[in-house]
Amino acid sequence: MTETSLSQPFVGPAAGRAPLRLLAVCIGFAALVAAPMFFYPIFVMKILCFALFASAFNLLLGYTGLLSFGHAAFFGGAAYVTAHAVKVWGFPPELAVLAGVLGAIVIGAVIGFLAIRRQGIYFAMITLALSQMFYFFCLQAPFTGGEDGIQGVQRGKLLGFIDLGQTMNMYYFVLGIFLLGIFAIWRIVNSPFGAILKSIRENETRAISLGLSVNAYKLSAFVMSAAIAGLAGSTKALIFQFATLTDVTWQMSGEVILMTLMGGIGTLLGPVVGAGLVVTLQNVLATSEFPVTVITGATFMLCVLTFRRGIVGEIEAAIVRWKRR
Amino acid sequence: MTVAVLPFGDAHVEKPRAVLSARGLSKTFGGFQAVRNVDLDVHHARVHALIGPNGAGKTTVFNLLTKFIPSTAGTISLDGADITRTAPAKVARMGLVRSFQISATFPQMTLLENVRVALQRPNGQAVQFWRSLGSLRNLDRQALELLERVGLQDMRHRLASDLSYGRKRALEIATTLALDPRVLLLDEPLAGMGQEDVSVMAGLISEVAKDRAVLMVEHNLKVVSEICHDVTVLQRGEILTTGDYETVSNDPRVRAAYMGNEDA
Ligand SMILES: Nc1ncnc2c1ncn2[C@@H]1O[C@H](COP(=O)(O)OP(=O)(O)O)[C@@H](O)[C@H]1O
Ligand SMILES: [Mg+2]
Repeated sequence: MTETSLSQPFVGPAAGRAPLRLLAVCIGFAALVAAPMFFYPIFVMKILCFALFASAFNLLLGYTGLLSFGHAAFFGGAAYVTAHAVKVWGFPPELAVLAGVLGAIVIGAVIGFLAIRRQGIYFAMITLALSQMFYFFCLQAPFTGGEDGIQGVQRGKLLGFIDLGQTMNMYYFVLGIFLLGIFAIWRIVNSPFGAILKSIRENETRAISLGLSVNAYKLSAFVMSAAIAGLAGSTKALIFQFATLTDVTWQMSGEVILMTLMGGIGTLLGPVVGAGLVVTLQNVLATSEFPVTVITGATFMLCVLTFRRGIVGEIEAAIVRWKRR
Repeated sequence: MTVAVLPFGDAHVEKPRAVLSARGLSKTFGGFQAVRNVDLDVHHARVHALIGPNGAGKTTVFNLLTKFIPSTAGTISLDGADITRTAPAKVARMGLVRSFQISATFPQMTLLENVRVALQRPNGQAVQFWRSLGSLRNLDRQALELLERVGLQDMRHRLASDLSYGRKRALEIATTLALDPRVLLLDEPLAGMGQEDVSVMAGLISEVAKDRAVLMVEHNLKVVSEICHDVTVLQRGEILTTGDYETVSNDPRVRAAYMGNEDA
């Protein structure tokens, strides 16, 4: 082995795109900063919230290979905890969000621990069953407000002096959380731990034979995904100032699967695009005569049938093909 | 028949300690007994061949020894420790590492990444979710050395899925060696390799066996005669005989059952 061969960086073929990537990231960032001047801020915040939720889900499905059908439990569960922390305990927003994330971690650890030994569809079924149990718990528990949920949650003052009741302040708070969450996911995926997750996804048996206790790694990824889904849920509770049963239903778990698949699993941007599309569709259709679920369902079918890798997945594949020529 | 000169003549006479031992190992699938009452001793610094016709139960024995499937009966010990009830990943961490008959690689990872993944855990670099991938560069030199040992260094940035079957096997051996196992279990490591690669890989196997135990399933009897110190013949899940190659190949039962029409 010569020194020259070692001096080559081992970063692989993506290295040459770095400046282009940086440019794209900058443009995206600028667009997000400017977005509330062109769109209804609550609408953009909702998109950011669901984009983060879908990205958290994708950390599990796309980068670990686990299909959870119970992610609403973390999203909605964290929303309840945050709402409760604000209303009953009088927590400031930053601590209320933190409490929500901790709540999601606890729920994620319990559900994950019970489900992780199962494979494929059995894993999905158990997560669904456990999240349904959590739904009934939320329906019955005294502090969730039953059918009404927890209403009138004050956004409060961030760090004691930034009034989140002001829409623009709230928007940049949400944007900060969104960017933090996406960065965390990107970091996890492109880390030593992420490399282990990838190996487990590619060939679990081989990973075991290399001495990796795959269930421990999967459970860690599951809890991380739950925590970030919780971050999204807590944020949603502050944006809309309530937490209700809607966010813990199985339909919500289904919706996040739909967003991720439409955008493209295993891509960083896919879930963001998917969430944007679904939330936009819901908003546009909410005022029209069409039944929302039918239209989103049809769009989903169309996406799955025409772009099997999802929108971003297909674009990435096209770029790869174009580069190979 | 020609018996090649064994590289470790002394070891051949006086066997060192058994690193891996199985007693009364059995496996029943439904009503079908795939492995029956197998006793096996694999010794340090020796290459032990497990041979027998297709369906004899060789891969199943590997699965039992590495705990990938639970045994119906019998005990297994590794360096004196009972591993009969140990989880497969734990067994691997204890130093008993296997390769697979259908070659097992991480297809969408480069060759370098394939080997590096194996190096991560022993080097305490498997759980850092907060660090960059660049923090794994310290493993590159070792990974590259392992790839060089199997002649794949020039393809280090290619995806494992791009490799030919024989080269996937070579990659699998490099990945397995990354764990520096005390006992190496190789399931048909030379299958699908060209003649030239076979001799290189056979040479590598006898070299790595200098300081570890190797148990290998192999159909290439020329290689078995050249590099294996012990040979166990399995037939319909049972051990027919165990001994050195010459004894085993002259056993009339073996000739009848297995080697009769081989050019041995
Ligand atoms: N998981 C399994 N379930 C049922 N039968 C099996 C299983 N694994 C192996 N067998 C059967 O056990 C026998 C031995 O298989 P195997 O160990 O793969 O043989 P070999 O590796 O010697 O060719 C075969 O008849 C095979 O069909
Ligand atoms: Mg076999």
